[in-house]
Amino acid sequence: MVETSLVLAVQNVTKRFGGLVAVNNLSFDVSRNEVMGIIGPNGSGKTTMMNLISGALALNEGTISLNGRYISRLSSHEINRRGIARTFQLVRILPSLTLLENAMAGMVFGHQRLWGEQARHEASKLLERVGLGGQQSVPATALTYIDQKRLELARALAAKPEVLLLDEWLAGLNPTELQEGIDLIHSLRDEGITIILVEHVMDAIRSLCDRCLVMAAGAKIAEGRPQEVLSDPEVIKVYLGEDI
Amino acid sequence: MTSGDVKQLVWGAILLALAACVPLVANGYWMSIALTIAMFTVLSTSWALFSGPTHYISLATAAFFGVGGFLVGTGMSDYNTDYWTMVVIASLAGTVLAFLVGLATLRLSGVYFVIFTLGLAEMIRTLVSWIQNNFTGSRGLYVLTDLGEADIYIHLVLVAALVYLAGWWIARSRLGFAMRIIGNDEMVARHVGINTAFSKVILFTFSGFVASLVGALIAPRYTYIEPNGVFSPELSFIVVIMALLGGTGRLWGPIVGVIPFALLQEYINANYSNYSTLVLGIAFLVIVYFLPHGVLGRLEETWAKRRRSTW
Amino acid sequence: MDIIITGLLLGGTYALIAFGLNLQYGVARIMNLANGEMIVLGALAAFWIFVADAISPILTMLIVAPLSFFGNWLIYRFLLRPLVRRAKNQGQLEVDSILATFGMAFALVGIMVSIHGEYYTYSYLAEPFEILGETFALNRIVAFCFAVLIGAALWLWLYFTRTGMAVRAVSVSTEASGLVGINVPQLSAIAFALGGAVTTMGGTLISTFITLDASVGVVFTMKALIIIIMGGVGDIRGAIVAALILGLVETAVARLIDPGLTLAAAYAIFVLILLFRPQGLFGRKPS
Ligand SMILES: Nc1ncnc2c1ncn2[C@@H]1O[C@H](COP(=O)(O)OP(=O)(O)OP(=O)(O)O)[C@@H](O)[C@H]1O
Ligand SMILES: [Mg+2]
Repeated sequence: MVETSLVLAVQNVTKRFGGLVAVNNLSFDVSRNEVMGIIGPNGSGKTTMMNLISGALALNEGTISLNGRYISRLSSHEINRRGIARTFQLVRILPSLTLLENAMAGMVFGHQRLWGEQARHEASKLLERVGLGGQQSVPATALTYIDQKRLELARALAAKPEVLLLDEWLAGLNPTELQEGIDLIHSLRDEGITIILVEHVMDAIRSLCDRCLVMAAGAKIAEGRPQEVLSDPEVIKVYLGEDI
Repeated sequence: MTSGDVKQLVWGAILLALAACVPLVANGYWMSIALTIAMFTVLSTSWALFSGPTHYISLATAAFFGVGGFLVGTGMSDYNTDYWTMVVIASLAGTVLAFLVGLATLRLSGVYFVIFTLGLAEMIRTLVSWIQNNFTGSRGLYVLTDLGEADIYIHLVLVAALVYLAGWWIARSRLGFAMRIIGNDEMVARHVGINTAFSKVILFTFSGFVASLVGALIAPRYTYIEPNGVFSPELSFIVVIMALLGGTGRLWGPIVGVIPFALLQEYINANYSNYSTLVLGIAFLVIVYFLPHGVLGRLEETWAKRRRSTW
Repeated sequence: MDIIITGLLLGGTYALIAFGLNLQYGVARIMNLANGEMIVLGALAAFWIFVADAISPILTMLIVAPLSFFGNWLIYRFLLRPLVRRAKNQGQLEVDSILATFGMAFALVGIMVSIHGEYYTYSYLAEPFEILGETFALNRIVAFCFAVLIGAALWLWLYFTRTGMAVRAVSVSTEASGLVGINVPQLSAIAFALGGAVTTMGGTLISTFITLDASVGVVFTMKALIIIIMGGVGDIRGAIVAALILGLVETAVARLIDPGLTLAAAYAIFVLILLFRPQGLFGRKPS
């Protein structure tokens, strides 16, 4: 691998919910244009880690920095303005808005601040790109679950993010949709977006990730190239019974 | 600006100009009703600017309204200040108070926010009465001006113009878009870069400013200001009922509720004054169970259905 | 000393009222803003029956409790349950139930005004009673004792019966309780009805030493809310401490400064709590 520059640095981050340590002294780096996977059994703290990066939750200890500047004390709107956008594990669309407005929501306030005709134009291009073209004025509630996920991705991309966080974005897709999704993420990466994705779909991890991080009970138990990590005995033990 | 936007402005201007002509035709009784309607139109419309999209039920209207009326009263009676100076001071004070309350209540939602805002008016009311009884003596607060009901009415129509213009602008601005997103999902709003606290405080402050301005402008109508009257929590509830009854989905929704409810109240107060509280209760229940999106929302649904069926 | 005891006696009744509201909010997840009106109803009943037939308020309390239970059950079943069902999310349910219970509150006030528009003045056990060398009104002490009794009975029911346990389970997690086979709608209705009955009994007790009138309910709603929020939602121990604090502060302010400022004092506590400890006195910081 070529040496690339550091984009996101997570250092010794801990998050506690009462007595439960959801993320335990976790550190990792993500380089520019890299696709980093986070895997681990249910409840191992993956979503919590994403929430800490995006500012949805405040961390208890440690630091997170983007391009060398601390973001771990910022609120989520400021973090978004610095260039981190995300999707949610349980889809969160804006139900009373149309598809176009949902996509526009991502670009008006955040990293790139477009408004008016230009925003509408860009948003409709994005809808096209995620496979929702030609339905701009449909209310978002009319979509199927999978299409809602696409819409959420469009909203996240609308920010022209430097770092994109995808929390189980590929979950629940059928094989054709999965392939489309994987291709889409590939193309995002080719555009220069740095991606952190949480996934249970191991095929996706293998074909998409440059590196991946394995979490168990909040702590890091392995980190490296997908092939190596997935054959690590300890990782297999953690995943015992699960299909990898 | 599209041609549709301009058309709305022109229509709004025409209607407001017509409203401003009411004193030419209305006699004393109807003038008084028109004044009440103008007052509640301004209050409910500005209330809905904040509470419509966010669904935060604010009961602070009476607090700001009361601050407006009370300060004009004290300023004129206790400090011999000129009426218009006091209107400016009172609305500034209301604005500052609204800003502070907005900042303090940001983290609250649902019932906590409701009780906070309701209690605020009550606390100010009891404090003001107490201060008046114990320190400023029993001298009453008189607002003596040569303004008649027609003059006050015209002032309120001007404020209404300001509120509608602000609402029209907000609906087309990033701020309005941000409020709609916040109303849908505050978590998403923050994650698309919206400073939710800032947006909410701005709108809350604006509606507080309007309420205190209205309180100050209407003070000459009562001549004699009593804290228990101007801070009466009933005002806040009526504003909520009127706005929700009309519908908060559109800028001109609240007035659809204001006019019939003001007339109803007038009728009840004149004929069955013992039942006015019961009517408020029934109004709330009717809104929740039969008109959850207001009269306007109901009409829009019916139209949408009819259009579909004639297709 | 006098202030402390009077304050504690008052706080005991407050605690009972807050217990009722806590039961409704904790289990049925509906913040009943008509809570204060239930108190006034209890007071009205006591006053009415006492004036008409000179029947002791304590006896009245036993009569109104089942009536209030049934009435609140009907309210939950036919007015609130439909809102729970139609709500798409917690936020919408919250707004709907705020408006609906405000509506009930106003409607009840309207009805009570038309029954009796003046103060509910009557005199029951207004005799001096001596504790530690100081004299107190006997009615305050009796009310306090009954509040403690009812509270204790309720606590025993919650912790030592099957239904009580199920009620506690629902208050911890509605979804999980549904999964383990608890009939959540039915239990919510029972909790709501029971909470209402307890509140009404509290109202009857209060009316023996405070003179109420039809419109005063909202003040008690605020007090009950202040107690619950100060104590931490669902935290019985916290609510008791909070109720005693509120009783003490109110009594102190009334005696030392001005009786007209008790409400302002209660509200000032509320503001401070919301601003600095929104999770309640003993609660953990919410994450
Ligand atoms: N807001 C919260 N409050 C309390 N506990 C929480 C909260 N969010 C998560 N947890 C707990 O933290 C732990 C980690 O949860 P998290 O959602 O991060 O897991 P995950 O790895 O994303 O799991 P999954 O694969 O099921 O999505 C779990 O035990 C969860 O119950
Ligand atoms: Mg997760």
